[in-house]
Amino acid sequence: MSEPILQLRAVSKSFGAVRVLHDVDFTVRAGEVTALVGDNGAGKSTLVKCVAGIHPIDGGEILFNGEPVTIHAPADASALGIEVVYQDLALADNLDIVQNMFLGRERGKPWLLDESDMEQAARRTLASLSVRTVTSVRMPVASLSGGQRQTVAIAKAVLWDSKVVLLDEPTAALGVAQTRQVLDLVRRLAEQGLGVVLISHNMADVFEVADRIATLYLGRMVAEVPTKDVTHGQVVELITAGRSGELGLARPEAAGAGR
Amino acid sequence: MSNHSGGGDSPVDISKDAPAAETATTTSTEHPPGAAERAGPGGRQGDFGIDTTARTTGQALRDYVVRLRSGELGSLPALLGLLALFILFTALDRAGVFPSLLNLANLLQQGAGRTIIAMGLVFVLLTGEIDLAAGTASGLAASLMALHLVSGGNMLGAMGTIVFVLFVVVMLAAAALAAYLRMWWAVALSVLAALLLVVGFPQNAWLEMLLAVCVGVVIGVLTGFLVAKVGMPSFVVTLALFITWQGVILQLIGDGGTLGLRDPVINAVANGNLSTLGSWLLFVVGAGGYAAVLLNRQRTRLAKGLVAQPTGLVLLKIGAVVVLGAVATYLLTRNRSAGITEIAGVPYVVPVVLVLLVAGTYVLDRTRFGRHVYAVGGNREAARRAGIDVVRIRASVFVISSAFAAIGAIVYSSKVGSVSPAAGGGNTLLFAVGAAVIGGTSLFGGRGRISNAVIGGAVLATVENGLGLLKQPAAVVFVITGLVLLVAAGVDVLSRRRSASAGR
Repeated sequence: MSEPILQLRAVSKSFGAVRVLHDVDFTVRAGEVTALVGDNGAGKSTLVKCVAGIHPIDGGEILFNGEPVTIHAPADASALGIEVVYQDLALADNLDIVQNMFLGRERGKPWLLDESDMEQAARRTLASLSVRTVTSVRMPVASLSGGQRQTVAIAKAVLWDSKVVLLDEPTAALGVAQTRQVLDLVRRLAEQGLGVVLISHNMADVFEVADRIATLYLGRMVAEVPTKDVTHGQVVELITAGRSGELGLARPEAAGAGR
Repeated sequence: MSNHSGGGDSPVDISKDAPAAETATTTSTEHPPGAAERAGPGGRQGDFGIDTTARTTGQALRDYVVRLRSGELGSLPALLGLLALFILFTALDRAGVFPSLLNLANLLQQGAGRTIIAMGLVFVLLTGEIDLAAGTASGLAASLMALHLVSGGNMLGAMGTIVFVLFVVVMLAAAALAAYLRMWWAVALSVLAALLLVVGFPQNAWLEMLLAVCVGVVIGVLTGFLVAKVGMPSFVVTLALFITWQGVILQLIGDGGTLGLRDPVINAVANGNLSTLGSWLLFVVGAGGYAAVLLNRQRTRLAKGLVAQPTGLVLLKIGAVVVLGAVATYLLTRNRSAGITEIAGVPYVVPVVLVLLVAGTYVLDRTRFGRHVYAVGGNREAARRAGIDVVRIRASVFVISSAFAAIGAIVYSSKVGSVSPAAGGGNTLLFAVGAAVIGGTSLFGGRGRISNAVIGGAVLATVENGLGLLKQPAAVVFVITGLVLLVAAGVDVLSRRRSASAGR
């Protein structure tokens, strides 16, 4: 088992009176794909946004390579090598593919951007993802299809020398062939030694690529288990009920005695 | 959503794959390879290689037609409209005044002030905001400039102690706010505004114009802080400030008063002309610079195998600019006066507008700041997640807008020769917004260029000037101008709908 590259310990987050994350522990290991599953509203996206620096955490700590780190802003996360592909992709429609991929981290001087360097790097990255059907890296994102946008968003995240990549529902909007490509890419990223977090509702995808499965239930981390130790049915039970046999939340009667 | 782009407009020769892929793989950069590059299996460079090869002019034209059909009209409707208006007014104006050189030069000078305000507004519109106060802000800048000129530098005496102290306090507060938002240029110019006021330099046209621009910056900082940091809707903030500045102007000038601008330098801004030699120098620098920039970019892009326009098209563009520039310069350097005094040379407003146009376009296209302005307008949340300081960008565009408005104010005040309490009020702002929109800037943010404002400003100036020469009453001028704006906004919406239905 490889070293944990990113660890969350007892992380809490509230929005006003609503507590979205309750003391969540979560571990991402380099070279592994960790699937983060849970029902709608379980706190998956909030967890991702906390790691990405969009939402500051209220309690608990985040460790990166064993060192405690504070992530207050998206720039902090990217400085650590944490990249996120959001569910809504976070692309600016009016900018072209190259401009989107380098958004916020443009190369060149602030008063004179190095367009040719950015364009070449963007093209190399997209080519390595074997992207088809896009005629030009200078096309505005507005003119791309849903699958093409997803690819651009992923390419944007892996363009950098990233250590951890979090993918929020990357295959939800994709067709069969593009889902295939994205899952292949997810595996390749892990084989290269990156820590990959895959958020997905699709159990087939999760069981295909994930090494470990972490389940959130109503803001609590109920189980973090190797994929080979659980069955499809158990994971579904964990997602919907928060427990499955010995796994997950303690039963109410056991809770009185156990805790 | 149909995959329009994938199948529709890809008239690219696949056989060009191989050399392009070579270019992509053999080019080395100083940056370490990204994760995907390491993860990706080799030898799959083909898919994105196709766009490295330059298209032929024919393909480019065909692509352009496809883009037009799918709704990306840009400035084309405004340019066609401008052409139609010129033909229309030339035909209708039996006296032949409209197409006369004197009138065309006059038209440039009339429209310049408003056009400059519109150029600044483009920055605000790009972020999806509106600056309703740009008009009266420009008036305020102009009235401070005029007050200084008229009072011979004694601002304290001209304003009264209370108003003077208030002005200095507000300027210093603006400097502090700008520092809080980390807009260092705005800090410097706000402090400079306060200094210019406090030091009390003797009457000097250049320093007075500088004061006007600094006042514009101060106003922009206040607006930007309220919109970007406090988070009030820009419509409300600038509506309130629109009324406020009108009151301040009235306080400075006095009800019914007028401040005359009797200074040769300020008067020359909108009424003077370059010498014949200066005019031709402007042509050489302008057209030569344009050609040099375009050719240099074309050369580097082709050499590095990047997306490039066809060389034929680039040469065509350069040729058009050179020929049109030469013709315009030749005509404007001839004596166009109907009377005894000779009037010749390119009006000063032309280089002023050109410099602002080039600077603004450069900032938007080539700098990190400009890229972030577009990103904030296109998807503010994405910009925030990308680590862009959205607050700073949104505040900065208001500073730029107000500073441009102040420059516009110098030009239009110079044209009129005086500053009245109505300066910058009334329709000034709405016409400027109209100019930007007619030129193709979208009110929804994210789409537009500085050149849009220039083209739109030319359309509005032509309508006003032409109808005036046809002896039409103000009623007709307003109605027609309104309809032109309506058509322009309609084209914007329809083209958006078109591009939405084209699978985008």
